[in-house]
Amino acid sequence: MSVSVENLSVAYRSHRGDVTAVDGVNFALADGEIMGLAGESGSGKSTLGNALIYLDQRMKATGGKVTVDGKELPISDSRAMRPLRMTEVSLVPQYAMSALPPTRKIGRVINDLLKSHHVKDRPAVLTELKRRLELIGLTDDILSKYSFELSGGMRQRVTIIMSTLLNPSLLIADEVTSALDVSTQRAVGEMLIEFRNRGYVKSAIAITHDLAILAQIADSIAIMYAGRLAERASTDAIVNSPLHPYTQALIASLPEVGVRHDQVTLTGIPGRPPSLVNPPAGCRFRDRCPFAFARCTQTPPFEEVKPGHLVACWKVSQEQAA
Amino acid sequence: MTTLKLDQVSKLYRATSRAGGLTPALRKVSFELKPGEVISLIGESGSGKTTIGKVLLRLVQPTSGTVTFDGKDIATYSGRGLKDYYRQVQGVFQDPFSSYNPIYRADRVYDLIRESYFPKTGDREWSGKVEQALDAVALNPGDVLGKYPHQLSGGQQQRLLIARALLLDVKVLVADEVISMLDASTRVDVLNLLVKLKRQGLAILFITHDLSLGNYVSDRTIILRHGAIVEMGATEKIFGNPQHDYTRMLLSAVPELHKKWDHSPLGPVAVSARGAAVAEASQDGAPAATLARAALLDEVTHAEQVVKRDLRAVLGGRRAVASGRSQVAVALEPPALREFEPDHLVADPE
Repeated sequence: MSVSVENLSVAYRSHRGDVTAVDGVNFALADGEIMGLAGESGSGKSTLGNALIYLDQRMKATGGKVTVDGKELPISDSRAMRPLRMTEVSLVPQYAMSALPPTRKIGRVINDLLKSHHVKDRPAVLTELKRRLELIGLTDDILSKYSFELSGGMRQRVTIIMSTLLNPSLLIADEVTSALDVSTQRAVGEMLIEFRNRGYVKSAIAITHDLAILAQIADSIAIMYAGRLAERASTDAIVNSPLHPYTQALIASLPEVGVRHDQVTLTGIPGRPPSLVNPPAGCRFRDRCPFAFARCTQTPPFEEVKPGHLVACWKVSQEQAA
Repeated sequence: MTTLKLDQVSKLYRATSRAGGLTPALRKVSFELKPGEVISLIGESGSGKTTIGKVLLRLVQPTSGTVTFDGKDIATYSGRGLKDYYRQVQGVFQDPFSSYNPIYRADRVYDLIRESYFPKTGDREWSGKVEQALDAVALNPGDVLGKYPHQLSGGQQQRLLIARALLLDVKVLVADEVISMLDASTRVDVLNLLVKLKRQGLAILFITHDLSLGNYVSDRTIILRHGAIVEMGATEKIFGNPQHDYTRMLLSAVPELHKKWDHSPLGPVAVSARGAAVAEASQDGAPAATLARAALLDEVTHAEQVVKRDLRAVLGGRRAVASGRSQVAVALEPPALREFEPDHLVADPE
């Protein structure tokens, strides 16, 4: 197992007390696996991604353990994390389009990055950089340009190249395709797959709210709801035979190309996720769930109901046991 | 019959870069929007779709061409006439979160409408009207009235804004990327609402970059590229039997749940001088195609550059985005539209 996250909880400090945005999350990633992490806004998916690399001042890890390649990540100790960033764990931030500084040329940004990570053999890395730029169809004159001279798709690809330059074990790609046009989306998605295939990154977590993109690029998908994992399984199982009522509703609400309103009426999910300031006990999807019953007032365990298919739902556990 | 009609509408934006020049955002776009009809306007960034919406709402003045509403040129409206136009033509935009002033309650948008359009309406009659509009967008007045924007979800905020348009005697709704900021679970509710309003006779221009959403709601579809229409017609014809290469490329790139992209791995790339990679790889055969495709995707998605590059091709090697009047006139000429079958127009390749 190249990455394992056990019982991770992350809270935001607020004047009304701690808000637990990520609550006891467990999962593991195999070598070469791209895991999709999907959920609504406010479900904690970005918080989970950020926690694996950088806890800012508002955040604190309230429990849990993260292991990458057999070594535990000191996620609460920012100073100890520093040498591990980019080399062990790397992040393509949300809004990567605006993540590049406007006053420095791309080449200089990359050079600064290598310097601050004390990379010894910089010329070798730069040769590799040019090779990778060529691979995805960019030329190296991009290095002497400012970020605003590039289009959104090019900027997004440059940030991915920068984040993966030192071959991290784990790449966290936060909403990398969200602000892009469909054709650029595809190019960026395929680039992620390609980088994994070539071993530039060992494994990756792709965070997005777009399940259709994950169906293309991810090997497995984890669905997050109100700070907890609701379901985790192979992409095929999530897309074709989801078990958790939330996943089912989410899939049912997606229009497909070729579907029109006069043929099929899609339905949304009524209601809103609960507030995380004082979350209700038990299953957090309970209020919106069409199948809720008495037992749902207790927290369902996140358990394996089929090989490789984990679900946190009493109804599913009961059916599988029967 | 209140139809909104665009006739040969063009818009040039002055470029702010050092090179200067003019960028054609719209090139002689003509179409009609009839009552009870939903048209999806689909295009990538830089295709001019938002500019069309802005022209219809008179937020942007076209460089040439006319927009007529009920046979009257909308550019001639002013004062009371313009106010009356806005009573019938309204817009809802992409980002509901920035459409509200966070220090006021969300329903202030209704008070503003009342002040300028219904100053004589009594309190009771007005609250009845508001409740009716909220009911039409499936919101419970008790849940949303008197709340601040941060207390409402994105879907609720967006529906409040649609209800605001309904308070007026609205005939045409310009919906510019109204659901791209919403979560999948609430997105569908807004879409279904648009379908319901259309059935009541509202004309909707649904501007989007998401092909599956456009397909779901619309009767007719217009595909835009570089400010010109490349394919236009009945939605099922465009999606069922796309004719233009660009439409096909767009459709093939849409991520679908139950169908995988056919990902072909990129071939080995030798360390080489700039630009030489493509040529080198092409000697080995197969990898070149994929590399070329990567390069093609790159071109297609960088609208601004492509606008220039494409026009350069059109002009046969001459500088494309020129400020000289005659050259601009050439640059503005969109590819000709031909009828492929009834209600299905396809542009010539550029």
